[in-house]
Amino acid sequence: MSQISRRGLLRTGVAAAVLSATGLPLHAEPKRGGRLVVGLSGANTSDSFDARTHSDIFMITVGQGTVFDCLTEVAADGSLVGELAESWEASPDAKVWTFNLRKGVTFHNGKPFGADDVIESLRMHVEEGAKSAAKPIVAPITEMKKLGDHQIRFTLEAGNADFPYLLSDYHLLIYPAGQIEEAIAKGIGTGLYRTVSFDPGVRFVGKRVDSHYKDGKAGWFDEVEYIAINDTNARMNALMTGQVDAVNRIDFKTEALMKANPQIEILEVTGNRHFTFPMLTKVPPFDNVDVRKALKYAINREEMVKKILQGHGRVAYDSPIGPANQYFYADMPPIPYDPDKAKFHLKKAGYDKLDIDLHASSAAFDGAVDAAQLYQASARPAGININVVQEPADGYWSNVWLKKPFCAAYWGGRPTEDWMFSTAYKAGAPWNDSQWDDPEFQELLKKGRSELDSEKRRAIYYRMQEILRDRGGVIIPMYANFVQAVNTKIGHENPIGNVSEMDNARLAERWWMK
Amino acid sequence: MASMGRMIAQRLLLGLLTLFVVSILIFLAVNALPGDFAQAILGQSATPEAVEAIRRGLGLDQPLVTRYFQWLWRLLHGDLGVSFAQANFAAYVGSASSAEAITVADQIAPRFRNTLFLAGVTAAIAVPLSVSLGILAALYRGSIFDRGVNIAALTAISSPEFFLAYILILFLGVLNPVLPSLSNIYEGMSFGERLLKTLLPALTLTLVVTAHMMRMTRAAIINLLASPYIEMARLKGMSPLRVIVRHALPNALAPIINVIAINLAYLVTGVVVVEVVFVYPGIGQLFVDSVKIRDIPVVQACCLVFAAAYILMNLLADILSILSNPRLRHPK
Repeated sequence: MSQISRRGLLRTGVAAAVLSATGLPLHAEPKRGGRLVVGLSGANTSDSFDARTHSDIFMITVGQGTVFDCLTEVAADGSLVGELAESWEASPDAKVWTFNLRKGVTFHNGKPFGADDVIESLRMHVEEGAKSAAKPIVAPITEMKKLGDHQIRFTLEAGNADFPYLLSDYHLLIYPAGQIEEAIAKGIGTGLYRTVSFDPGVRFVGKRVDSHYKDGKAGWFDEVEYIAINDTNARMNALMTGQVDAVNRIDFKTEALMKANPQIEILEVTGNRHFTFPMLTKVPPFDNVDVRKALKYAINREEMVKKILQGHGRVAYDSPIGPANQYFYADMPPIPYDPDKAKFHLKKAGYDKLDIDLHASSAAFDGAVDAAQLYQASARPAGININVVQEPADGYWSNVWLKKPFCAAYWGGRPTEDWMFSTAYKAGAPWNDSQWDDPEFQELLKKGRSELDSEKRRAIYYRMQEILRDRGGVIIPMYANFVQAVNTKIGHENPIGNVSEMDNARLAERWWMK
Repeated sequence: MASMGRMIAQRLLLGLLTLFVVSILIFLAVNALPGDFAQAILGQSATPEAVEAIRRGLGLDQPLVTRYFQWLWRLLHGDLGVSFAQANFAAYVGSASSAEAITVADQIAPRFRNTLFLAGVTAAIAVPLSVSLGILAALYRGSIFDRGVNIAALTAISSPEFFLAYILILFLGVLNPVLPSLSNIYEGMSFGERLLKTLLPALTLTLVVTAHMMRMTRAAIINLLASPYIEMARLKGMSPLRVIVRHALPNALAPIINVIAINLAYLVTGVVVVEVVFVYPGIGQLFVDSVKIRDIPVVQACCLVFAAAYILMNLLADILSILSNPRLRHPK
């Protein structure tokens, strides 16, 4: 062992013994007080409190993480807990779900929370002409019936075992019924912090409400301030000079400097975000499974993680299901980098050598063009000649992705297996970027959705990940970590959530001032 | 002075014509970029139906010429319109609140005030500094002082702005934390606090604009030093400083004013990079954001503001140089 990281040190029992002998608390208890100032990227002048438009970390943090609540919440350890819902149960076919809502909760303007608020807030996403990204979650609800002031029954068009999970989506915030427009204009929710000021694309300030149902469990700061700092260097500087207490998306180039600063701790988790090279499996030569196999063996995944992510990631084997998913197949037998095997499959497909174009742009992910060039170099010994076509970032998603037979792309991942597969691997789905319609896979997709038995679901989703590894049309070489940095005066649980950046965007709830 | 009034009126009319041409050029240029607002805002989720829906909602499916004249017609009624992002958002929320949608003017006004504040602070430092440095350099021309100032100023102007900004952050923000490197000013800040937060970007811009003004002051004065009347003044036994300030400077004012005006206009229109580095919420950031998402109404309005700043500053420079020159003030 040449190097001991601080994290590694804390994990070992030796360290625990030493630290407890010296009387240092191993795990500081959270306490109330203090003002948290955070520099976040992803802000825009067109931002608003309308959750249907939320897509980047700044507004997700302000919305779900600070001012508003959802019905359910993914805890830092990945388990599902109730937020505005207290408990829920399903019918055996997972088609009818009954939710019991929390009592005694009020919105920031004093209005009590009840079943009507849930029904009206969810309806926003399926309104005529609404373009909500959460429409696929809400649209399959055929009936929302109010059974009492604090009880709702949802009927779905088909069984879905993940339904409570889906309700934790950051688009599905609960607004006060009858006042939704006002709530969107002023930012009125049931969250731990009320809106003090909000300047879109510039700054948000929230103040802790006096009493809240999460008291004693979350919401430790008196006040929180989020500053929009889209420029990476400015964000790093702000943290280094102590003008903010935490930043998201650190710059790997200056990471060494941050590590050298004793005031700064780097927080890193691997989530579901993955970088991909999708091929259209109905277009020759990618319709041939052996060509796809050759391409799978011809990529050096370890090298990609090392050079493109600078080690801030994890090798993936063509499965879009990541460590933040319940049924992530972590021990799936890997696909090694093996030019000889690639050559073998190429021959089997009837090619001596293969010339293909790979379209890439920095719009797909940071370093996508470099990644394509690495792929080019690793594939050459296998007789695959990849011609890297550099595309402009402008209009990449409309002109290249889904159109060119082989290109670079990325996915943020989804919290549930079914959601991920239904979005990007279901036959006929608009974002099915590999034109994937393998019959066995599609059959399993249907079966897994309504299966409530956890072990059976595990078997189904493991098999689906294997299918994608063996014959899938998307090369997924790596999961990219969420890397953020905080001042050491900030306390947090370990590990932090890995569904999205900044402790699932719930930093204002979960972190505290030491 | 009647001719002066006529000149101003003429120039203002010409300025309007320039603005008109600028608006056409910008409109064509933004439309020539690949992708449009609908594609930019939807990103990866740009399915043909979604793109079509947004385009229809914003009237982007109309022909180019129709859209331009609709915009121009509204402008002539004093309406800069509503930004695409806001209009698109209003379409999400429903028609009821679109009446109170934030207009482009609402968006630009606070940002423009911030930019003017930064420009003002910079000008208050840079103009006196560069003019006095220029005078001193002319006075001691050829000396070590002259060379030192020249080298320093030229080095500053030759370095990219972001580089200067980082150097200043390094020395004044990180190694000796005397000034904040985060200039996120907002409504309700006291003047002193605002000034403190604005100081680092203002110093950066000062470094950028000083060289030009300083060199022009020096050159204009030196140019005059060979004239017979200066020689006369010297022969009278005047001190060199007095010769320069009382006799040479008034005659050198016209070119100096011109350069100052151009640099002040630059402070309004060219500070994008500095605003981004220091997270300063000025008009430049808004402009870049808007170009990125092809938000034509905002881009158009920003460009008009920029062009108007140049036109007005140039006009002001001409007026001032005429006023400073008796020969132009009383033409035969």
